[in-house]
Amino acid sequence: MTRVHDMGGRFGDGPIETGQEPVFKEEWHGRALALTLAAGALGQWNIDVSRHARERLSPKEYASFSYYEKWIAALADLLVEKNVLSFEELKAGRAQGPSDLAQRCLKAADVAGLLTSGGPADRASDMEPVFEVGDMVQTRRPARNQKVEGGHTRLPAYASGVVGRVVMSHGAFVLPDANAHGLGEQPEPLYAVAFSAAALWGTAEKAGDEVILDVWQSYLVPV
Amino acid sequence: MPHDHAHTVLPSDPALRVKALETLLVEKGLVDPAAVQEIIETYEHRVGPQNGAKLVARIWSDPEFKKAILAEPMPILQELGYYGRQGEHMVLVENTPTLHNMVVCTLCSCYPWPLLGIPPGWYKSDAYRARAVREPRKVLAEFGLNLPDEKNIRVWDSTAEIRYLVIPERPKGTEGWSEDQLVPLVTRDSMIGTGLAQAPTQ
Repeated sequence: MTRVHDMGGRFGDGPIETGQEPVFKEEWHGRALALTLAAGALGQWNIDVSRHARERLSPKEYASFSYYEKWIAALADLLVEKNVLSFEELKAGRAQGPSDLAQRCLKAADVAGLLTSGGPADRASDMEPVFEVGDMVQTRRPARNQKVEGGHTRLPAYASGVVGRVVMSHGAFVLPDANAHGLGEQPEPLYAVAFSAAALWGTAEKAGDEVILDVWQSYLVPV
Repeated sequence: MPHDHAHTVLPSDPALRVKALETLLVEKGLVDPAAVQEIIETYEHRVGPQNGAKLVARIWSDPEFKKAILAEPMPILQELGYYGRQGEHMVLVENTPTLHNMVVCTLCSCYPWPLLGIPPGWYKSDAYRARAVREPRKVLAEFGLNLPDEKNIRVWDSTAEIRYLVIPERPKGTEGWSEDQLVPLVTRDSMIGTGLAQAPTQ
C-alpha cells in the first residue's frame, strides 16, 4: 500500500454530491489556489514535490481536511522545508526581515503569461521504449517508489500487479518518483495502458468495461 | 527539529490560515496581492468550460478539423489559445454509439484547466475518486445517466501529466445547426464524461 490519497476502488465513501456550485465555493478557496500558484512561481519546488507535500499530510489530516485545506497545509509545510519562510516566522505570523527571493515575486502583469505558458513534462530520454501499442504488460506489485522508500509514486495500488494492454505510447515524460525527491527528472517512456474492469476488480459492472491509466516504463514488466 | 507538520502552528480555521500565510508572504515581498487577485479572476471568469464547449462544437461541425485535432491536438490547441497550465499534453477521446469515456484522477485532482477551468467539487471528492474506477455505471446513474448495455465504458485515470477531454456525441436533431447554436449544448460534465451533451429543446 502507499498512502491515504491512493483511494481508487475504495468502498464506503457514499454518494457523489453532484450539485452545481460556484468555481470557488468560499472566498478563501480561490485564495488558497492562487497563493499556491504564486508561491510556486518562486521556483523552489516542482509539481511533483507539491503533489507529494499534499499526500504526506498525516492520514488523519488528509481524511479530515477539505480539498483546499490540504493545499494550504502542504504549502505552509513546503515554504518552511524549502527555507522560503522560517518556522519562527510561520509561528509568529510576522516576517523577520526581507527575502532574497523577493525579486522572483510574481507580478499581476505576469500572471497571464505564467498560466498560458504552462510547464510541459515531456522530455528527451536516453531510455528506449521497450513496449509498443498492442503489447500486453504487467504493472509491478506492490505499487511503490523504487528509489525512495515510502516516496511519491503515480501507480495506484488498485492497478498494481495487473495485466493490461498498451493503447497509446505518449513519448518520454519526467518521472515523478524521482522528481518529487530532488533526484532530477529521469524521464522515461510513458504509456496509456488499458486494464479490463474484471482484471482489476475480480468482477465487472459489464464485461468489456475498461480503466486506462498512464504508466511509466519502470512501473511495468513484460508479460 | 524537523518541521514536517509546520502548518500546525497556523490558525486552524482554514480562512484564517490562508489569510495568515498570505499576510506573511506579502510582508516578505514574496507574493503580490494583485497577482493573487488576477489568478482568482482568471479562473472565476475567463478560463472555464466555455473553452471546451467551443472546441467540441467546432469538432462536431468541421470533419477536417476533427480529424486533425484528434490526431495531433497540441499544435491546434496552442494556436487557438487553449494551452497552458494543466493542459500541456491533451488527448481527446471520442464517445461513439458503442463507447462512453469518462475521466477521473484517483490520486489527486488532475483536470484540463485551459479547456474546463478549475474542477468542480465533486470531481475532487473522495467519493468520485474512489468510485469512478470501480463502479462507473453506478456513479453515472447518480449523475442521472443510465448507460445502455450496448456501450462499453472506458474510465481514464489521469495518473500522469496527460489530460483527457471527452468529445461527447453530437445530439440528434441538431443537423444544420451552426457552431454558435451547438456551444450551449456542450456541458462541462459531457466533457468529463459524467453527462451527455444536452438534447435540443425544440
